[in-house]
Amino acid sequence: MAMAAEEIEAMILAAFPDAAVEIRDLAGDGDHYAARVVSPSFAGMNRVRQHQAVYAALKGKMGTDLHALQLETLVPSGDHQ
Amino acid sequence: MSDVDINQRIAALVGQNDVVLFMKGSALFPQCGFSSRAVSILDHLGVTYETVDVLQDQDIRNGIKAYSDWPTVPQLYVKGEFVGGSDIMMEMFESGELKQLVAADA
Repeated sequence: MAMAAEEIEAMILAAFPDAAVEIRDLAGDGDHYAARVVSPSFAGMNRVRQHQAVYAALKGKMGTDLHALQLETLVPSGDHQ
Repeated sequence: MSDVDINQRIAALVGQNDVVLFMKGSALFPQCGFSSRAVSILDHLGVTYETVDVLQDQDIRNGIKAYSDWPTVPQLYVKGEFVGGSDIMMEMFESGELKQLVAADA
């Protein structure tokens, strides 16, 4: 099973309309991606909560349809939790 | 095995060990690149840690995802708290936070 980068980006943007999303296909096999998600809505959340929010946006596809998504989440100002 | 039993087993594993890595394979023979990366980070920190091979235990493999509300393995627990997967481990390793976390009152 695999997912297109556009599909991943669309699902993340549906949950975080204000986010800047970058997706990189790491292996060219539609199954290993890196995503960088920058959104003001991450403010006040620790890294685990930020990643959980992105996984929730992917509605269960993470770990099933999507084997690997290296995830980096950031608040736009560059604030670190 | 019921969900309650699985959660109790996981809680015991997490409670009995200061640093626990739920992973695919063993520390010597990781079966996945992300688990391998997680082991390398812990080895680099020189910390004593316990590993749980989820490939050997289907109940734990499914149970840990619900327990942590986290869809993937590896997963790191330090002093009973869920720290994250290999991406977060790498970020915290690079920033020095992970070293502080495992070193605190060790």
